[in-house]
Amino acid sequence: MGRIGLVLCTCDPEGISRFDPELLADGWKGRKDVLTLAHCPPACSESGMKAIRAFVERNDLDRMLVACSKPELFGRTLKKTLRQWGLDPSLSEVLAIPLASEGQDLQEASKLLSNAIEEMQGRAPSKRRETSFRKRAMVIGGGITGITASIDLGNAGYEVLLVDRLPSIGGRMLQLSETFPTLDCAQCTLTPKTVETGQHPLIRLITYAEVESVSGEVGNFLVKIRKKAAYVDWEKCTGCGLCQEKCPSKVPSEFERGIGLGKAIYTLSPQAVPNKPVINREVCRYFTKGKCRVCEKICPVGAIDYEQEDSFIEERVGAIIVATGFDLYPKEEIGEYGYGDVPDVIDGLAFERLNSASGPTAGEIRRPSDGRVPKEVVFIQCVASRDPERYMPYCSRACCMYTAKHARLYKHKVHDGNAYIFYMDIRSMGKGYEEFIQQGIEEEGILYLRGRVSRLFRDDGHVVVWGVDTLTGKKVEIAADMVVLATAMIPSRGVTELAEKLGIRADEYGFLTEAQWKLYPVETGVEGIYLAGCAQGPKDIADTVAQGGAAASKVQALFAQYRNSS
Amino acid sequence: MEYLYFPGCTLYTKAQNLDAAGRDCAKILGFELKELTNWTCCGAAFPLAKDNIMALAPPARILARAKEEGSSLTTLCSVCFNVIKRTNELIKGDEEKRDKINTFIEMDYQGDVQVLHYLEILKREIGFDTVKATLKKDLQGMKVAPFYGCMLLRPFEEMQFDDKEAPTIFEDFLEAISCEPVDFPYKIECCGAFQSVGAPEVATECAYAILNSALKNGAEAVTTTCPLCQFNIDSMQREIREKHNDFPGIPIIYFTQLLGLALGLPIETLDFQRNDVDPRPLLKAKGLL
Repeated sequence: MGRIGLVLCTCDPEGISRFDPELLADGWKGRKDVLTLAHCPPACSESGMKAIRAFVERNDLDRMLVACSKPELFGRTLKKTLRQWGLDPSLSEVLAIPLASEGQDLQEASKLLSNAIEEMQGRAPSKRRETSFRKRAMVIGGGITGITASIDLGNAGYEVLLVDRLPSIGGRMLQLSETFPTLDCAQCTLTPKTVETGQHPLIRLITYAEVESVSGEVGNFLVKIRKKAAYVDWEKCTGCGLCQEKCPSKVPSEFERGIGLGKAIYTLSPQAVPNKPVINREVCRYFTKGKCRVCEKICPVGAIDYEQEDSFIEERVGAIIVATGFDLYPKEEIGEYGYGDVPDVIDGLAFERLNSASGPTAGEIRRPSDGRVPKEVVFIQCVASRDPERYMPYCSRACCMYTAKHARLYKHKVHDGNAYIFYMDIRSMGKGYEEFIQQGIEEEGILYLRGRVSRLFRDDGHVVVWGVDTLTGKKVEIAADMVVLATAMIPSRGVTELAEKLGIRADEYGFLTEAQWKLYPVETGVEGIYLAGCAQGPKDIADTVAQGGAAASKVQALFAQYRNSS
Repeated sequence: MEYLYFPGCTLYTKAQNLDAAGRDCAKILGFELKELTNWTCCGAAFPLAKDNIMALAPPARILARAKEEGSSLTTLCSVCFNVIKRTNELIKGDEEKRDKINTFIEMDYQGDVQVLHYLEILKREIGFDTVKATLKKDLQGMKVAPFYGCMLLRPFEEMQFDDKEAPTIFEDFLEAISCEPVDFPYKIECCGAFQSVGAPEVATECAYAILNSALKNGAEAVTTTCPLCQFNIDSMQREIREKHNDFPGIPIIYFTQLLGLALGLPIETLDFQRNDVDPRPLLKAKGLL
């Protein structure tokens, strides 16, 4: 039986300190194993911690209950401090005491404390021993965020499992052509990072895989990973690419955002890491029609394996970083813009592919419907963002900048073309961002129209755009050749289910919830699980990389506390 | 099957050609439109001022009377449908306004009458397949552009009639009566509405854009459910031609007239002489008269 210290914090006069401690303690009067520190100075202050420490030492306590009004923040600090004092943090709890205004009376408060005391007394000490603490991490999501975190952890000397749903790492950034505000080539920036990740002796790539289940706790999570059947034996495959060359199925490619074709056996890019193909059985001729097997015939090393099945890997890790990234709001759900049925209306990622040297047009701006070079291009910002009545209420943060970038890149390639941008307002609050926008307006002749577009439809081979310029109060009609929609960023598919497996929270849109927005931006409610990048909310590459690094440093700090374990 | 029916003022006067065919087609299709007793004007426009309780009194009274005689109320006119349905939604959802309105009209109505449009009965209760099976005359794929206008569809949250951006009920109806629906981008645009009173040039341009778009997409005729749309896109064609010499004109036919034609109603009931642009030459040329 342990000795419980009950601390009644005085930080809020409306909180627990409104009750007489004598009356409050009615339920456990006379118990030798419960000691009360009434009128404790605000527990999260230095004097409060001092008082608690003295209280612990004086009474030889090993279990701790603190009653206060803001348990989310203090709980974290308390557990850390207790560990420093050599106590078991799992034998502590911070209790949320409802304020007087929320109508809790003395009996209820006393009952709450009594129950907490009973529960605490029944707790077994943590079984976790320092020696079972695994100083290796799993990073979920191999985009630029996950890559950054993995390299940081690897360089710090920790082993990393990097899990990605796709066949290769690189994530969304791999789809981009150039990045703002420097207009450097995304692939040229990213590829050295993906290669470094692939070659890092401490980073193990587990691609084309998804997290099946997670159990355990900080220091010792047991993760089960489903490795999806690639129908290619990656051990044998040399990445020669012959199979992709000869594969007869040409199908719209998800990676090319539907504007380009891909093969049924594919890698995401010629520089893919790992450079191993997978077969999409939904479109593969052999799997759909039972005949073909061309890739099997052509493969020089016999790596094709149509019988392959999903396999499972079980690993133990000490910490997990979730960096699952984002998706774009489907344009197929936006009625006023034609439910995705109007030709030559594409989203921002499709424009990236159109402009990318490795994309379906080899970087020439050609519209999807007839391959003509569009001379009038309309860009629409805030599509499904900042629209609480119908779509997403939040700002997607990166669209003002990437739309300016798109318009400028378009003007760089089509000199006699016109670029129009419909905007609500311009949010360019990054380093060099405002200058980037101004350059587009002043030097490159991009026409910014402040207003929304109410409808798009096809007429005579054009996309007719009905909008308004609210600065002149005039209706605007543009017969555009192509329209680019800056659709809202939304969380990747399946993140809510993943959050459930991990026991962490997600908000109503599916973005993962940080422990505290300002001070614990990459922590979650579960110790040892961190988040980074667009999984947490929309952001640009610079911010996402900063968060990836932050999450990695938190993991390093966690691992550093356990000097004796492996 | 009997449905309580609210014709509205226009269908008693100018739009008798919308009303008569609708009633007779109902009989052929196996349902009866029973006219609500002692009905009044619906108010003709849903009040947009939030405190304009007075303007809600007529549609509220109509609904309260409908409650005494049945459980649903059907209209043919888009404007009546819009005003009555939105009033009903408001009474259903806003307790404070409901009490105020009830005190004002000295009746007790809780919003529990189902407000229906004739097209909804055809689609949901009768079924377009049954309509198709009952046809007497093949309209031979006459190319008809369905003009929805605004009132059937918006505001979507209250009307819940069909997809507000890409509705299909009218197209499905046209297919069922052996016409070929013509999709055109202006099918859900505003006809100009009451601008034809104060600023007819505005309404004329609206109508011109709509009809031009229908013509360009191959329409031989345009159909509507709404007497106000009909006025703007049919009666105003003379004004359009004065401004746009090359405008060829196009007949506007109420959907009940097309339905009646397909179900073999006598030509007197179809009452085509009431349509401003006479559809009879087109129908004759197609061998339908």
